[in-house]
Amino acid sequence: MSLELEFDDGREGFATEEMTLNMGPQHPSTHGVLRFIIRADGEVMRSAKADVGFLHRSIEKIAEKVGWHGFMPYTDRVDYVAAMTTNQAWAMAAEVLGGVTVPRRGEYCRVIAAELGRICSHLLAAGAMGMDIGAITPFTHAVRERELINDLLEELCGARLTFNYMRIGGVAWDLPPGYPAKVLRFLDHFEPYVDELDDLLSNNKIYIERLANVAVVTRERAIAYTLVGPNLRASGVRYDIRKHLPYSVYPEFEFDVPIGAGLHGTVGDCWDRYIVRLHEMRQSAKILRQALEGLPEGPVIAKVPRNFKPAAGEVHVHVETPRGDQSWYVVADGTEYPYRVHIRTGSFAAMSIIEELSRGLMLADLVALIASFDIVAPEVDR
Amino acid sequence: MNRTPTLPGPEEGEAGKDRQGPMNTAAIQQLLHERFGAAVGPVESARLLEYVEVDGEIVDEICLFLRDQPDLAFDCLNNLSGTDRPARGKIQLTYELFSYVHRHTFILRVDTSRNRPEAKTVENVWSAANWLEREIYDLLGVNFIGHSDLRRLLLPDDWVGHPLRKDYVEAPEYHGISTVRESIFNRPERK
Repeated sequence: MSLELEFDDGREGFATEEMTLNMGPQHPSTHGVLRFIIRADGEVMRSAKADVGFLHRSIEKIAEKVGWHGFMPYTDRVDYVAAMTTNQAWAMAAEVLGGVTVPRRGEYCRVIAAELGRICSHLLAAGAMGMDIGAITPFTHAVRERELINDLLEELCGARLTFNYMRIGGVAWDLPPGYPAKVLRFLDHFEPYVDELDDLLSNNKIYIERLANVAVVTRERAIAYTLVGPNLRASGVRYDIRKHLPYSVYPEFEFDVPIGAGLHGTVGDCWDRYIVRLHEMRQSAKILRQALEGLPEGPVIAKVPRNFKPAAGEVHVHVETPRGDQSWYVVADGTEYPYRVHIRTGSFAAMSIIEELSRGLMLADLVALIASFDIVAPEVDR
Repeated sequence: MNRTPTLPGPEEGEAGKDRQGPMNTAAIQQLLHERFGAAVGPVESARLLEYVEVDGEIVDEICLFLRDQPDLAFDCLNNLSGTDRPARGKIQLTYELFSYVHRHTFILRVDTSRNRPEAKTVENVWSAANWLEREIYDLLGVNFIGHSDLRRLLLPDDWVGHPLRKDYVEAPEYHGISTVRESIFNRPERK
């Protein structure tokens, strides 16, 4: 086909035709199995429509079939990059409905596990962010550090990805002997590493050029689309469930909630979403140090009957996962099976805003956009 | 060394100067009742959750009011869930609203008939409703009137039925792919 086309009005010259491109469901940069149907005019996108559901397992329906205790391992699969926090959300929903109080040491174990999980997830997010726009090396470094956390979590619960560590009423196992010292050793090693990652990646000129001022989400848009967690905070909204709707023992710890400041571009651009996660890793390390220092003695799990039957009632539970406020709506009807479970995840909201943000964006920036939202496909599809 | 400076601390850059403090469910219900009359029910409780039931035909107007009244300012639809209640012949929609301005929460509920489940879309009030409503349409079969793009979201377009309905029966096959697995343990043992 010739590139030279004739216009309807008889003018001669170059004209561009709109292309429809398919991206995914198998694509190395789409963070799981998801698909975009892109209409593009040359390198500029007119729209990128997300087609999701490839990983839909109807986890919410499974909950209605397997019972309160039995659903715990399934929550690992809602967000397999940060399974600890989804474990915790389910346990909390059941505990609120059943009126169970978690022992203090149990809560501390949860916080230690959840914050290690958060660092783990943010490391992957920051590394993948670099890799998606062409900086391969930082990813290998990030994954190397993540291995150390995987080792720690494996020692804690026997699994490296789908932990199934928490239980209704507490956690499955106490910390192994010498564990706090081991985590401290990791933190001593890890905190300087965050600075190294910062030196290596954050202020690299090419990195900034690729991310600053790209796909800016204003404060109003972010809220209207229910963006949560780091994606919301990058747009300048200081809201963190751990701080503003506190649960577990988080009120006992001192930590900051970093927000985007538009350091290299505009508040709410891709670079801001990246840097908020980098800062959050430092804050998680800070929380971990306090949790290890204040670790109380005692049991780690409350007595919960095997035949757990919370009285009829409904509840909304919010947990700050690495992908933000995860909202669980759980209905109990007094039987040993939950009547209804609905999970509104951070990635779900982030996926729904992509179509609007993609208009007028360069094709190559779509991967940067997806990575900056830290989307994990199974969390969208459930 | 190229270290990134620390981002603003907890006190700086907080956009909450005009915050008047949160309102409780009863006060919000009263405001709504004054404005919309019989379309707004009393405060009800599902043990741990206080909610107000409203008419699905004007839920969009009510939501717009909730968003735009300065002392309510519900700028965020945090969650929208559907629950099938065959015993009552209803499908319940639960809207969890949140205000980043006042930091308060409000739960709205729309009860819609199971045979013809429908409610006005709130997509024009909060953009997040677009996908949340598509999900409920997909999994529970609720028709959101006025929605710009009401298609299935998670399941394939040609899927039959709505799996989160309590009486849903899975089809034995999908495009010739069996959904049941025969197990050797169900066969009679060979002698």
